[in-house]
Amino acid sequence: MTITDETIDYVGILAKLELSGEEKEQAKKDMSNMLEYVGKLDELDTDNVEAMSHAFPVRNVFREDNVTNGDDRENLLKNAPEQKDGCYKVPKTFD
Amino acid sequence: MSKTFETVIGLEVHVELATKTKIFCGCSTAFGGAPNTHTCPVCTGMPGSLPVLNKAVVEKAVAVGLATNCTITQNCKFDRKNYFYPDNPQNYQISQLYYPICRDGKVEIEVDGKKKFVRIHEIHMEEDAGKLVHDPYTDSSLVDYNRSGVPLIEIVSEPDMRSAEEVIAYLEKLRLIIQYLGASDCKLNEGSMRADVNLSVREVGTEKFGTRTEMKNLNSFKAIARAIENEKERQIDLIESGEEVVQETRRWDDTKEYSYAMRSKEDAQDYRYFPDPDLVPVVISDAWMEEIRARQPELRDEKRIRYKEEYDIPEYDIDILTNSKRLADIFEEAIALGAAPKKVSNWLMVETMRLMKEAGIDADDLSFSAAHLATIIKLVDTKVINGTVAKEVFEKVFAENIDPEKYVEEHGLKTVNDEGALTGVIEEIVAANPKSVEDYKSGKEKAIGFLVGQTMKAMKGKADPGEVNRILKEVLSR
Repeated sequence: MTITDETIDYVGILAKLELSGEEKEQAKKDMSNMLEYVGKLDELDTDNVEAMSHAFPVRNVFREDNVTNGDDRENLLKNAPEQKDGCYKVPKTFD
Repeated sequence: MSKTFETVIGLEVHVELATKTKIFCGCSTAFGGAPNTHTCPVCTGMPGSLPVLNKAVVEKAVAVGLATNCTITQNCKFDRKNYFYPDNPQNYQISQLYYPICRDGKVEIEVDGKKKFVRIHEIHMEEDAGKLVHDPYTDSSLVDYNRSGVPLIEIVSEPDMRSAEEVIAYLEKLRLIIQYLGASDCKLNEGSMRADVNLSVREVGTEKFGTRTEMKNLNSFKAIARAIENEKERQIDLIESGEEVVQETRRWDDTKEYSYAMRSKEDAQDYRYFPDPDLVPVVISDAWMEEIRARQPELRDEKRIRYKEEYDIPEYDIDILTNSKRLADIFEEAIALGAAPKKVSNWLMVETMRLMKEAGIDADDLSFSAAHLATIIKLVDTKVINGTVAKEVFEKVFAENIDPEKYVEEHGLKTVNDEGALTGVIEEIVAANPKSVEDYKSGKEKAIGFLVGQTMKAMKGKADPGEVNRILKEVLSR
């Protein structure tokens, strides 16, 4: 399966990536390979197989509704590129 | 000839669930904490952190689903909805697209005596986002993730509503069901209930739906009604002038009574949903579902029927009393403590409503205890205080939840039941007001009212008006 230029541009926009012409060509090739690899599954008849979202037969992993976390703001904010007034400071954004 | 249009409305209602902790981590959901003090690596989207589902969220979502006649998806899963925005630190929101927890429900609404069903397409569980505040000093945005990961359910209706009145009736219905379940406090003005309105218009008689818009930022029932009216007119104007309605999301500005498009077509959203590999499937067994059903408290519709059967109070009063879970709780608690239902209802319908209006608060915000109201009723019944004093004491109970017995004692408000003392005062009043006495004796029955008033004044209000009346007539007939 080949990836078109339009697809690469669109995926680039969604992922907020700016790719050079060379990178685009490489990405096209990589994505095609990946799809081809996964496409192998199409050869199987999966009509009676239940779709799964998890590799292990695990279900119903829950927490009880008890507060276990305290205030760890100082530590967490160390991950922020910039901070102000106890908040993460980011480029101006509005909806 | 101008065409007649009908409005077709569907709603997406977000409700914040009343859990102690967030949906996927043990951070508190308490309101009003300093920015980012209720956060952890999970709800700030740190790489390597692992979300674990809060069981109470599933139970509350199922409870809402059962109470709205939904089919519960007994094998449900979570999906990632991908988008970039600073309020969403993971760059995806954990939500449910493919297997939402509830489907195909319906609730009955009533507008102008006409009943109809509004169908519920689905209810899904998801996490709330953080809050962005614009910082004018640095011209940047500041992000607080305290709300990030707070559990929400989104209730998606079918496009079954045709007017603002029906929309409000539907929202009220949801609010009451969810409040009675204890699943959320559902306050529109505080954002624990949020409604997005999907609206289109079509010519009456046509089957096909028109192009719809989605309206956001509606914080009150009034804003919803105004936005619906405005959007309906805007779409009709477009169609009548030969233009087309564009499918878009619009933001309502209630102070300007105007909406504007939020996102342009070029910026079309593609959320690329896929199953969240960090979360395992949720399997809701029949037994678990029945357990949740068995815990369901009496809901409003059931309460209305029972009140009518058990208590001799008017239907209008029943509607008001059950229109808030808080009010219904006070009513029932006071009755359980021995107060007569009619008297409790009266105190709630008259004095409580008056004071609520004065204080500008909702029934949900009432803070006085039902026991104190029951005590006031008992004090009046046993003639310890009279009606006027009772109102004065109730104002204190309403505002500060004081102990009425102690208050009456400390302020010397007990009715004077000493007949000799009362007779003495009445004799003085009679002697001092010969004109009124004469009027009364010459047949002007009303003149006695003035004498009762004078006596009450002399007693500083601490007499039983009935008793005053009786003794007064006795003295006057001498």
